[in-house]
Amino acid sequence: MRNLLILFLIFIVPTKALGLIEVDITRGNLNPLPIAVSPLSIDEESKKSFEKTLKKKDIGSEISKVIEKNLKTSGLFNPLDKNAFLQAPDIAHLKPRFEDWNLIKAQALITGKVKNVDDKLRVEFRLWDVLAGKEMMALAFTTVPNNWRRVGHIITDKVYERLTGEKGYFDTRIIYVAEEGPKTKRIKKLAIMDQDGANNKFLTLGNELVLTPRFNPTSQMVTYLSYFRNLPRVYLLDIETGIQEVVGDFPGMTFAPRFSPDGKKIIMSFAKDGNSDIYTMDLENRIVEKITNHPSIDTSPSYSPDGKFICFNSDRSGYQQIYVMKSDGSNVKRISFGNGLYGTPVWSPRGDLIAFTKLHKGKFYIGVMRTDGSGERLLTENFYQEAPSWSPNGRVLIFYRETKTDDKGEGFSAKLWSIDLTGYNERLVDTPTDASDPSWSSLLSN
Amino acid sequence: MRNIDQGALMKLNKILKNTFLVLFACLVLSACATSKKSTGQMQGDVYTGTDTVEYLASGVPDRVFFATNESVLTTASRETLRKQAAWLRKNSDITIVLEGHADERGTREYNLALGERRANAAKDYLMTYGISSNRISVLSYGKERPVDSGSNPLAWSKNRRSVTVKAN
Repeated sequence: MRNLLILFLIFIVPTKALGLIEVDITRGNLNPLPIAVSPLSIDEESKKSFEKTLKKKDIGSEISKVIEKNLKTSGLFNPLDKNAFLQAPDIAHLKPRFEDWNLIKAQALITGKVKNVDDKLRVEFRLWDVLAGKEMMALAFTTVPNNWRRVGHIITDKVYERLTGEKGYFDTRIIYVAEEGPKTKRIKKLAIMDQDGANNKFLTLGNELVLTPRFNPTSQMVTYLSYFRNLPRVYLLDIETGIQEVVGDFPGMTFAPRFSPDGKKIIMSFAKDGNSDIYTMDLENRIVEKITNHPSIDTSPSYSPDGKFICFNSDRSGYQQIYVMKSDGSNVKRISFGNGLYGTPVWSPRGDLIAFTKLHKGKFYIGVMRTDGSGERLLTENFYQEAPSWSPNGRVLIFYRETKTDDKGEGFSAKLWSIDLTGYNERLVDTPTDASDPSWSSLLSN
Repeated sequence: MRNIDQGALMKLNKILKNTFLVLFACLVLSACATSKKSTGQMQGDVYTGTDTVEYLASGVPDRVFFATNESVLTTASRETLRKQAAWLRKNSDITIVLEGHADERGTREYNLALGERRANAAKDYLMTYGISSNRISVLSYGKERPVDSGSNPLAWSKNRRSVTVKAN
């Protein structure tokens, strides 16, 4: 029987070897790829020194846990139980015994080694195709020890890219609004965390209401709405330095800010005398341009990734709908024609889709449509949810969801959720407090 | 044996039927009670009650209410604003902020714009009754500051409002 199995393997290997394992991410993945993440091996000396500086017993296995969690939440991979692993991590990293890994049904294997080199963290890893019995990738990084979680994220990005053919989204951060307190007197703070929920940090104290933070796609800058001194204005915040400045100081309310794809402009709404229009401000020379000029509400603008078009929300037809125009404001076209109201259009970083919130018959949906409005697809339905933000590879959306309160007005909560473009793999994103208005950063490394 | 069983079953059926009748009657009664309550405080979906209303002066309510997605002033709203205008004309040193609000059933950014539009509808009306625009500022909170934390049509109707607040 065993001979037969090996024979079968030998027979199948040559054909498989032509195109090593691949993961199709364009469809809902109901059979995630079984992958073994062997704990990264570490020599005793390095282990001890990192235990002192990082307060982690075995930093090698901690990094592998980061990788495993990332792979699992992607929904495309099924990390196998470590207890079933037969081969020791250090030996597996040198030369895996593929029969052993095959036996536990692993199709891919990640191995690695961690070492202290002049008080720096040196990590090397290899990705193996178990069925073909081949190495698919080998890379090494050296960085400051505190970056150990990022090393796990970067390895996941590399593995994801090698197996799916598309860039990953793991070495990224989420900026969002942390919420506490009763619904009628909500306290809101800007907060930032790694994509997997680690390293959560509050950026404002909660003295004033803050809303809708959005990342600059090219730097660690954020634009958001603050009610500082009861004047709702668009602000700019440098996350590294903590320096804030007001950018939308017009005689009225500025809101709904987003960066242009090159990061050089902010596009936003300006409301005055009961009318909201869309404006841009060049961050270098502070030149302001009026883009829409219509007595209706024009808001929630978002650029196409090439900067040539803008999608936005307007009620010029009588109700909230999605429109697309050229970036100079010409050629305005309505693109949403389904039943219900449409809001919060966001252009995908891949350029092909626009994500939106839809309200229909008392339910809220997150969906996507092509940029001409065709091919509308609703991904998730709930009592209340809105404000999708794209992962940098345009495969995952993060948004927030609020619960219905009971008869006494209690039981309110707001949480972040993510969902695949396919509509599968919906997940709660853990945050220490209630949370809303998430915005996904670009890849940090690149 | 079978007969006895059937007899018992019949009895059980009767008991069940009776309890159902009682339950049904309770349901009908309570449904009547709730629908009466809500029609009493709403016209269409505009709030007409006084639960949340405060007074700028005796007989001068501080707020007006709106229909879903609307910024049109109702007859009752216009009456309230005329009272406010009369009071403001008498107290010419007072400046005000009009705080515009929306309910939780809309996207955040659109609701900010909608709140601004509602507060400006009130502002325009006060101005036609002789109140100078430089005594009025406008502040939209969108859906950020509900007065009622409920998730039901009555709570939402209380939250769709423009509130006149003394600024000095």
